[in-house]
Amino acid sequence: MSNSENFLAIRVEFGGGLELLFSNQRSHKLKIPANISKNSVGKPADIDYLIHHLRDNLLKERKELFMEKDTVRPGILVLINDTDWELEGEGDYILQNNDEIVFISTLHGG
Amino acid sequence: MPKTCALCKKSRAILKRPKTGQQICKECFFYVFETEVHNTITESKLFQPGDRVAIGASGGKDSTVLAYVMKTLNERYNYGLNLFLLSIDEGITGYRDDSLETVKRNQEQYDMPLKILSYDELYGWTMDAIVAEVGRKNNCTFCGVFRRQALDRGAAMLNVDHIVTGHNADDIAETVLMNIMRGDIARLGRCTLICTQGEDTIRRSKPFKYTYEKEIVMYAYFKKLDYFSTECIYSPDAYRGHARTFLKGLEAARPSAIIDIIHSGEAFEVSEEVKATQKLQQTCKRCGYMSSNELCKACTLLEGLERGMASSGITERARKRLEAEGPAPDSLRTIPFFKPPSGNPTVTIEVPS
Ligand code: SF4
Ligand SMILES: [Zn+2]
Ligand SMILES: [Zn+2]
Repeated sequence: MSNSENFLAIRVEFGGGLELLFSNQRSHKLKIPANISKNSVGKPADIDYLIHHLRDNLLKERKELFMEKDTVRPGILVLINDTDWELEGEGDYILQNNDEIVFISTLHGG
Repeated sequence: MPKTCALCKKSRAILKRPKTGQQICKECFFYVFETEVHNTITESKLFQPGDRVAIGASGGKDSTVLAYVMKTLNERYNYGLNLFLLSIDEGITGYRDDSLETVKRNQEQYDMPLKILSYDELYGWTMDAIVAEVGRKNNCTFCGVFRRQALDRGAAMLNVDHIVTGHNADDIAETVLMNIMRGDIARLGRCTLICTQGEDTIRRSKPFKYTYEKEIVMYAYFKKLDYFSTECIYSPDAYRGHARTFLKGLEAARPSAIIDIIHSGEAFEVSEEVKATQKLQQTCKRCGYMSSNELCKACTLLEGLERGMASSGITERARKRLEAEGPAPDSLRTIPFFKPPSGNPTVTIEVPS
């Protein structure tokens, strides 16, 4: 298999103040492994994996403002290709090449 | 597998409504979002044709969406309102100065006159200066009292009948929870009202009373509205933070919790006894603003700041110490005398070019 088949190109956008936790940069381009191993079982990369990946690799400060338990903090909206992630299986959605994932905080300033 | 919109049964659903669980498409979302606000406005009879209405605009998501929706509905349903943007500049470097840039862009985008009133011109103190004086503990007490009065005074300068604010259902549910936790029964009775008006205060209402924060943010996102989202650099409000986190957790488990809490807040009956203990309104003898004491809260706080005893407006002990020093000197800086709105606007407003 060629390299490009093992990795997915994912675009991530942060808004609503979340970008401040990520070097104040709204848009990020990532390469994510298409398959990951969880408890030594291989499986395709999903949004849950992406969230952990973002926390471990891109998050610069105050992790508790991004994640709580094993997912995003309540009050953070997630869109998968401009669709509410609640319609797409939330964290279980399997990432596809060229997906665009948007995270928006609802918790900042009225 | 793309899901189909539950309303039009044609387009692809893009959003799950927190209130109903319905899956709907973008166009239907815009339509129901706007129509629900319109229904809230008409059922509560918030406005009369010809009303002059100021939108309290901070540049944040709620007031930005409110300004956009008010403009849309005013045109669609011929409310006949004269709309204004009213912003308060607390004087917080790196926070309010940036968000005011957003409001200025909104002024052009929405073609609405904008009035900015600053703490500095009204009280002679910016929040930066107040924090330098009082530290980071009671700053929000000063800021809250000063903002409330500044909004009323800005509204009087614009000669408007009515101020609308962007408080949403999540905000109101949170306030209900906090008033219950604090045991503040008098406030509990008032905080769910869609419109409040004292004797001679300017009407204030919350057209987003039943609108979920999630939908406001989604609306702003899909409409690509320009808003500002940074936390105030002096924000310490831990109490509010806890209530908010708790509420968001509840909402994640059961989205209807927000509306349920508002309804239970509405169902609390405030007894006549509690109402009777709420003080009678009078006007502040120093600045003419409505007050439940001889001096309004803003004058009390300002006197403390000016006399170098800022905490005298906060604690009883400090107030006694201030009183022991004698009456306020004649040279004390005071707030300009308040004139409730009447006749023509008393200021020139910036009209978008
Ligand atoms: S957080 Fe406090 S100081 Fe900052 S704007 Fe709000 S009330 Fe004012
Ligand atoms: Zn539809
Ligand atoms: Zn006063």
